Amino acid sequence: MTTAQKSGSGTDTIGNHGTGEGADESAGSSAPGAALSVSVWRGGPGGGRFHDYEVPARESQTVLDVVSWIQQEAEPALAYRFACRVGMCGSCAMTVNGVPRWTCRTHVQRVAANGRLQIAPLRNLPVIRDLAVDMDPFFERWTAAEGRFHPGTTRHDPMAPVDPASPARREADAAIECINCAVCHAACDTVAADPDYLGPAPLNRAWTLLNDAKDEGRDAILDAVAGRGGCLSCHSMGSCTRHCPNGLDPMRAIAGLKRATALRALRGRR
Amino acid sequence: MIRPHRRHPLWLAFALHRVSGLLLALFLPAHFGLLGTALNGAEPLDAALAWTDNPLVKFAEFGLVFLLAVHMFGGLRLLALEFLPWSPRQKTLAAAAVALAAATGGAFALQLV
Amino acid sequence: MLTPRLYLAQRLSALILAPLVIGHVAVMIYAVQDGLSAAEILGRTRGSIGWALFYGLFAAAVAVHAAIGLRVIAHETLGLKGRGLAALTWAIFALLLGLGLRAVWAVTAGGAA
Repeated sequence: MTTAQKSGSGTDTIGNHGTGEGADESAGSSAPGAALSVSVWRGGPGGGRFHDYEVPARESQTVLDVVSWIQQEAEPALAYRFACRVGMCGSCAMTVNGVPRWTCRTHVQRVAANGRLQIAPLRNLPVIRDLAVDMDPFFERWTAAEGRFHPGTTRHDPMAPVDPASPARREADAAIECINCAVCHAACDTVAADPDYLGPAPLNRAWTLLNDAKDEGRDAILDAVAGRGGCLSCHSMGSCTRHCPNGLDPMRAIAGLKRATALRALRGRR
Repeated sequence: MIRPHRRHPLWLAFALHRVSGLLLALFLPAHFGLLGTALNGAEPLDAALAWTDNPLVKFAEFGLVFLLAVHMFGGLRLLALEFLPWSPRQKTLAAAAVALAAATGGAFALQLV
Repeated sequence: MLTPRLYLAQRLSALILAPLVIGHVAVMIYAVQDGLSAAEILGRTRGSIGWALFYGLFAAAVAVHAAIGLRVIAHETLGLKGRGLAALTWAIFALLLGLGLRAVWAVTAGGAA
């Protein structure tokens, strides 16, 4: 019942999607017979290569739909990750035609080049298998950047008032909707060049905490982000901001951290 | 060929800043060395300067002025990004830095010919 | 690969360099009008404390700025770190400062004037 087969090599694509075939199966197809040429990277830590698949094109199809179709209809062993399918969980990010994206909310129509898609695992993280990368190095950086809440009071103390209109709160609010998808991490060339660099997302998180009236870890945060591989390694190339699917601006957050770090160093408290 | 995730103005601004900085740093020892020949009076310096009449060298001089200007204006943008109140118009500012550098290089080139 | 102190040195040297570069470019555009000659350059700079201070500060700031900039590039593209990286930074700083001050001395005070 499959309408596509894995090709033996990267060049000789065998797709039997031809006219008529598969039309009855793909009931939701808008254009029966229309197909996408999809190259999917398959392999493991030791290396791999792209395999070609023909996937029926459908209306409002997302890249995750395409990957799921391949896994369900053509390549049951394909490894990839997703959970919510609505842009909240941050687990489905992949490299689509060379650009890191959340695949569940990326419409094929917007990114396919002449009906072609190339899908690879995220850059800058070790591959486990196929499209699934090991996220541990990414989350370890969150820990290293003090990306956790530092409470300073107990339940017996009064709550610290948070003024939603204060400049600090506005800075925090603007940066807080991160879903940990690692798209910025994959987009950043400084992450690629410097193994010590904490990367945009952990630094962005540190910036929200630095601006949180309830967080009492100011010095711990600044120590973490001023150190080797911290915010001072950033070159403001802006690929994080450019590619963040949630429209956050980690470049701005990191600039704020640089300013806070520089001011502290100027005051001789480094 | 620029890889797809890099095809945006601020990445290009970064690349321009890095390449210009590197080339300027490599040029500096030669520049200092040439001026240092004046230690032995005007003649050695004149002999070295005669080399600059070559049209190719003149074009390289124009390139150096452009590199210097683009590194400075681009660097001022980065200083503003880091130390002044945030401006969301970084792409515009980066383009303006390149435009100012081109104008500076052009002014220099017009004086050369 | 920057400590807060190196970062501040990089940015402060940039702030110092910006107006000096503007001055330098302006002088260049003025000076190349009739071609470069040793007599013209040295006539302007010899015995001038003002130019000596201007270019002395320029050379010192550029030595700091370029050494830190090249340090970052060496770390990111060559993977240099630790003592090797520190040694390279200081070597570039010393080389540029030495050659730079020698050049400033040559055109303002030294030689058979």
